Amino acid sequence: MESLEQLHARLLARFPGAEITVIENPAPTAQHSLLLPLALARDIAFFLRDDPALLLDYCSNVTGVDWPEKEITETTKTTVPDPAGGAPTVVEEKTKRIEPGKLEVVYHLFSIAVKQGPVIIRMRTGDRTNQVTVPSLTPVWRSCEFQEREVFDLFGVVFAGHPDLRRILMWDEFKDHPMRKDYVEPDDYEWEPTPHGAVLEKARQHYPAVAPADAAFPGAPPSATATATPPSPPQP
Amino acid sequence: MSDSGPSSFSPLVSAPGPTVRPVHDPLHGDLLEVSMGPHHPSTHGVFRMMVTLDGERIMKLKPVFGYLHRNHEKIGENTTYLGSMPYTDRLDYFCSMTNNWAYALTVEKLVGQTVPERAEYLRVILAELTRLLNHTCLAGFLLQDTGASGTPLMYAFREREKILDLFESLSGSRMMCNYQRFGGCRVDASPEWIKAAQQVVANYGEFLDEYEALITGNEILMARTQDVGILSPELAVSAGITGPMLRATGVDYDLRKVDGYGIYPRFEFRIPLGDHGDTYDRYMIRVLEMRESIKILEQAFRDLPGGPVMDPKSKLRGFRPKPGESYGRIEGPKGEIGFYVISDGSPNPYRYRIRPPSFVNLTILEDMCLGQTVADAVIILGSIDIVLGEVDR
Repeated sequence: MESLEQLHARLLARFPGAEITVIENPAPTAQHSLLLPLALARDIAFFLRDDPALLLDYCSNVTGVDWPEKEITETTKTTVPDPAGGAPTVVEEKTKRIEPGKLEVVYHLFSIAVKQGPVIIRMRTGDRTNQVTVPSLTPVWRSCEFQEREVFDLFGVVFAGHPDLRRILMWDEFKDHPMRKDYVEPDDYEWEPTPHGAVLEKARQHYPAVAPADAAFPGAPPSATATATPPSPPQP
Repeated sequence: MSDSGPSSFSPLVSAPGPTVRPVHDPLHGDLLEVSMGPHHPSTHGVFRMMVTLDGERIMKLKPVFGYLHRNHEKIGENTTYLGSMPYTDRLDYFCSMTNNWAYALTVEKLVGQTVPERAEYLRVILAELTRLLNHTCLAGFLLQDTGASGTPLMYAFREREKILDLFESLSGSRMMCNYQRFGGCRVDASPEWIKAAQQVVANYGEFLDEYEALITGNEILMARTQDVGILSPELAVSAGITGPMLRATGVDYDLRKVDGYGIYPRFEFRIPLGDHGDTYDRYMIRVLEMRESIKILEQAFRDLPGGPVMDPKSKLRGFRPKPGESYGRIEGPKGEIGFYVISDGSPNPYRYRIRPPSFVNLTILEDMCLGQTVADAVIILGSIDIVLGEVDR
């Protein structure tokens, strides 16, 4: 199998001007990955699937990774020579920059036809709130169907062109995305509006908390009179 | 966004029903929408199928799951690397040994850890015993789903119990074994254990002969399973189906041969392949795989070396892999079980992902069930071999 650098060069020749970058993986596995531009990702995916040298017909694993916004402190050391001729002093300068947050989708591709792999491709969203749309690769590999739904459910990445993008593990009414790093779990998972709550709300609106009669007698407990004597229903 | 490229939609994606009719149709009669499950004995757990029926025929089927969802991956990110090992038992609770192995393999790849010879052999022995156990249970459950109530399942469970006894005496627990570690196995197997395991394996072929004599040629089983739920090899590959389901369609892809992880290249065994991709093939593949597993086990017991079962250089405390990521996969009894771990240098994984075979194999449930009857859908679901602990995670 060709190396990732060769594949990268071939992809750049096939898609001129595309911003395809190689993400290095320092672990001993050396499973490096390709970062694809969103606009061309599906075309590149079709190329990877159909190219006779690659034939990556099997998309094994699809998953998301959340990278929240983080502050990076960089230290630069500059050596300042002493004008008097003494030992030079080293001046440390710390600069802080904020790396914007992003969501990432990772696909692990293998080839069943020629038994090779993995080729790992990634896509990154613009940020974590508004620009969370990436193209769906379900039209290329059917195995992405449920796994992309899971990434949508747990990370909040929207896949454009997915045939059936719904929540899959959490229930449909659920609001947040639990696999995000800043997710805060609710106090009570089980709470849901019940008829009981609706009835209480109706009763609260029907019986005013402080009846006008109580204002005249400040000593009397207000709620007791209010609830003890409900107004009689209107007579027909 | 390139939604309409030159060849934007593959024909394998859409799964149109035999006929598309509105649910309310005064001319031909209404279609019936039934929610099968989540509490239904044929769904192997809490699994729901929203089926739309025309008479007895399935027009549409949408699987609904997540009832057992506990966000296992989030738990994995909030605990140490080793702390996730007992949780992997709870994924596919039939196959805790292979889940352990897949996770240990991934982390070993992440840090470049080697495993002693004896531990590699023990891993193979335990993985193949797990395969025997899983496939035996599947055959029993499949027969239960066809309506052969009780007897075949109890025959299967009798044999399963022998293997679970072995697991219990080795690891201390029948099903939640928590046995593998990064760099080896937790405890060594005693010579008595090896002898007992050899005895179980030696008797297993006899059990399979008996079981097959009762089941494989059974006319009712053939009538119920042959040409039911046919899966084409093209769709199976595109949909990422792995394991016995993929090989039942005739695609030769077994990670024990392809990746050759562990010490599998040392063993002689064959990969059984199906011909039709129907439910009967999926049953038959599992029976044949069990016979191959017995061969592997016999060779492993013959060659089992002495020595340590744990790499002395492996780190148990203060385990902090260097930043990086790794994806490791093995051939589990249900298909490719993979783990994807990203490390940022801290004691906890930054990202911990499980690639569950049951979950991905469910993708094509609708495609296989369209046009079949409800009773067939039950068998088709049974032949996919799902465990909801793994699907929902």
